[in-house]
Amino acid sequence: MIARRFFNTPAFGWKSSFSELERIRQEMERLSKGVEEEEARPGRMAGVFPALNLSENKENYYVRAELPGLETEDLSIQADGKSLSISGEIKPQPGETVKYHRRERQTGKFSRIIDLPDAIDLDKIVAGLNNGILTVTLPKSETHKPRQITVS
Amino acid sequence: MSESKEMQVRNKQEAASAAEQTKPGVIFTPAVDIFETEESIFLIGDMPGVKNEDLTIDLRDNTLTLSGDVSLPEADDEKVLLYEYGIGRYYRQFTLSEVVDQEKIDATLKNGVLHLTLPKAERARPRQIEVKAQ
Repeated sequence: MIARRFFNTPAFGWKSSFSELERIRQEMERLSKGVEEEEARPGRMAGVFPALNLSENKENYYVRAELPGLETEDLSIQADGKSLSISGEIKPQPGETVKYHRRERQTGKFSRIIDLPDAIDLDKIVAGLNNGILTVTLPKSETHKPRQITVS
Repeated sequence: MSESKEMQVRNKQEAASAAEQTKPGVIFTPAVDIFETEESIFLIGDMPGVKNEDLTIDLRDNTLTLSGDVSLPEADDEKVLLYEYGIGRYYRQFTLSEVVDQEKIDATLKNGVLHLTLPKAERARPRQIEVKAQ
């Protein structure tokens, strides 16, 4: 069967199908850029409280969590060669006698264990609780730190 | 006290602001508890990461505005490996139905939790009215 063109629509022409491809290419580029930007937003969640942010630099790994209302004495952090465990309890504020208009804040117990990225200097772990944000600094073990190699 | 319950992960509530922001970034709605006694209204809000000097509490025309700036905790040389919670400003507005004594508002920020006491103005407090028998 012979394909016949009924209307002189430019979309069927050779020149314009390239421009169509170009348009698709641009669209794809825009999309993939969108995905990259999306990365700045929270990603997959482990589904266990508290939500953690983990980052690293040459010296340390940093584990951060938002724990508003947590007192230092109600927090326990343990680390062994393989994992870091954070547990504690955020205690409710006043007695239960008052009548709440709104009750959105969470209180209760929590516990979370995360696997440590390789080789941590267990003796030098530092944890701080500041303005409701917990920061655990895990120094990378000397033997695992990246080393600058000079070319002779 | 009875056994307290296990805490659940919840996504931080993103706030939709009425006007467009001049500063880029996400804005979150802080979770709050509000309760009231005869003398005052109490507001407790979770604002982790907000320092004293970065918190503004504004009350005008019965609208209470809480806003807190948060600076990114990561240093520049840090590379993010896992990102489970977002970081951004906190912003929330409330309409107060009762007259508040502006002079006596008390706010403290402790462990990332804002404690706000809004004392009711004298004339807004409930008064016991005695019914006289004839």
